[in-house]
Amino acid sequence: MPRPEKQLAILRRIAVFALGVALSLGLACKSAWAQDPGVTATEIKVGNTAPYSGPASAYGTILKAAGAYFKKVNDEGGINGRKINFISYDDSYSPPKTYEMTRKLVEQDHVLLDFGPLGTPCNTAIWKYMNQHQVPQLFVYTGASKWGDPKGHPWTMGWQPTYHAEAVIWAHYILGHIPGAKIGILYQNDDYGKDYLSGVKDGLGSAASKLIIKEQTYEVTDPTIDSQIVNLKSSGANVFINITTPKFAAMAIRKAYEIGWRPTQFLNFVSASVGTVLKPAGFQASKGIISGYFLKDPSDPRWANDPAVKEYLAFMRKYYPDGNPNDLFNVSGYSCAQTMVYVLKQCGNDLSRANIMRRAANIKNLELPMMLAGILINTSPTDFYPIEQFQLARFDGQRYELFGQVYAAVSSHQK
Amino acid sequence: MRLGLLLVAGVGYLLPAALSSYQTFEFTQVFIYAVALLGLNILIGYNGQFSLGHGAFYAIGAYTTAIMTTRWDIPYGWAIIAAGALSLVVGFLFGLPALRFEGLYLALATFALALATPQVLKYFDTWTGGSQGIVLDKPSVPLGLPISADQYLYYLSLTVLVILLLLAHNLLRGRAGRAITAIRDNPIAAEAMGVNAALYKSLTFGVSAMYTGIAGALGALAVAFVAPDTFSAFLSINFLVGSVVGGVASISGAIFGGAFIEFVPTYAQEISRAAPWAIFGLTLIIFMYVMPTGVAGLIRRVAAALARSMASEQPAPDSQTAAAEAAEGNRGSARAVLGKPD
Repeated sequence: MPRPEKQLAILRRIAVFALGVALSLGLACKSAWAQDPGVTATEIKVGNTAPYSGPASAYGTILKAAGAYFKKVNDEGGINGRKINFISYDDSYSPPKTYEMTRKLVEQDHVLLDFGPLGTPCNTAIWKYMNQHQVPQLFVYTGASKWGDPKGHPWTMGWQPTYHAEAVIWAHYILGHIPGAKIGILYQNDDYGKDYLSGVKDGLGSAASKLIIKEQTYEVTDPTIDSQIVNLKSSGANVFINITTPKFAAMAIRKAYEIGWRPTQFLNFVSASVGTVLKPAGFQASKGIISGYFLKDPSDPRWANDPAVKEYLAFMRKYYPDGNPNDLFNVSGYSCAQTMVYVLKQCGNDLSRANIMRRAANIKNLELPMMLAGILINTSPTDFYPIEQFQLARFDGQRYELFGQVYAAVSSHQK
Repeated sequence: MRLGLLLVAGVGYLLPAALSSYQTFEFTQVFIYAVALLGLNILIGYNGQFSLGHGAFYAIGAYTTAIMTTRWDIPYGWAIIAAGALSLVVGFLFGLPALRFEGLYLALATFALALATPQVLKYFDTWTGGSQGIVLDKPSVPLGLPISADQYLYYLSLTVLVILLLLAHNLLRGRAGRAITAIRDNPIAAEAMGVNAALYKSLTFGVSAMYTGIAGALGALAVAFVAPDTFSAFLSINFLVGSVVGGVASISGAIFGGAFIEFVPTYAQEISRAAPWAIFGLTLIIFMYVMPTGVAGLIRRVAAALARSMASEQPAPDSQTAAAEAAEGNRGSARAVLGKPD
């Protein structure tokens, strides 16, 4: 048996040798790429990560719908003769898994870009990596406002309206339509809640300190939020801004109704679902709630004869029959994929990563079939927030009724 | 064992020359998981205590490193040591009340720890950055060594693994190791022999947590990001899976287990996009059926059989056979602890 000292000496020698070999191979492999990877005469490789399993797997359907749309595009001839090869991996909403899978996409599958990776923590995990390697991280699926940072992170861009933008729009509506507003806010005490709160304050501008008379917070771990609602009522607020995730949203609406508080209520888009929030809270209690919309809700009878909705429903039947066509997540994935296809078409034959970012940052007044009339996608080299408009809708006891004009958040949230 | 270790180290140090940077990262993850599983193996395999909550210690290690390197600008080398030390203390303290629990009850108590971890991390958001997590800087290559950052992390993780393997080996071979296994095999007899069972159990829990904490520290550096969603209860269950698949009462089993939890879910996804976890489950069942004592157990059994057949040809029995048979005995009692049919 060799003695420990001897073993260590051997180990050391092996390590030095290994370093030498690694060095020589590393230098030999460094050759410049003429064309960015992921593009051939017949194919464009597009990567993605999404939670198809785990706690956030309900979101997975967004990317399934997007993948189905790419298939439709391929069946119709592809993009300038090239078919999209969409490689989407499950990350279970676990950031290190996202990081690992993204590295696989970039370094092993050699994708041209990463489209629609989902989740704020997941995108944060790959943010630095994508920008260091200069691979487009395009149209990320999260509402956080930090993704529009063209200076610091020129390879990353969001897509959906940010939480911040939505809150700015409520504020504009309040300033224009609710004279004598006394605002009470309930928000989740984390980045998501604070993103909304800063939106409300930015939107109200100098009037914020006067109009907001009470702020209440809760922790995700709290069992109830009854006392917060009672505090808001006793503050005398006549406008209630409800920045909560679905479970708490339903509790808040219910409690306010039970204690006889009848303010004008704004409910964040995250919890606007009729089925999962308003129904458990009670339709009577939910009457009058205002939420923002930017997509057409396929279950709304007003769109029954809309050609775009008919086309979308036909698409769902043919390419994604397992998906629920009335689920707004699917509408969203479909529209986001259309934005991607638009950008790739704009690139023509120059499918370099730099050109893709250039085109993505120069979208002018793009209308998508499933977006509400008047809502347009606009980007510029200094504006990395594609959708910044909302139309408000009021719940009439049965469904949301759109009303009023389309509001824009005028990029005031560029930090 | 020594020969095997030397072989692993040798192959390990040479490997990056043949790997792409992504594969280098994958193997770095294998080594990190192996360190974590080593801790779990010491606890479950050698001491007979269960833990479904080692993800919590992994989180402690990861967050200690993240907070120390980003907020206080402490070099990551010290952060890894601090992560290990803190996990040791927390593990030891958790081990004290856990003494009252046996077997399945301890498993449930630790599972509670695993469930609480993400929420606790979100609650202390001034320290942990809440659900947004903390972005770390990857350690840069020191001394101007001509390797990439990925390769450096690879060598760092491998070196830590080799040191901790040697440490575990020495610990379990010595007086403490005999006490630890004696408690597993027959706690009453062990106490009658003068072993302080309470102290050793808590200490083993602490050492086990230290290993997993160090793994967490390396994991945070390798991914350069920590967030509560990383440390869900699923992570702890994954550790247990890796530990059992690799071979719970073995030191080398940790490496096989690490490879299993790193590679199998990814390849399962390649086989079937629709049902990767079904493929994963099937693979797991096949592994358990073919190798009820884990990969390390199978290797040991094959080695023992080979040695026996060689011994029957050569009349003089060598020390190799005796060692293999002793190992066989170890494995048998671990199986009894796990309540698995032979």
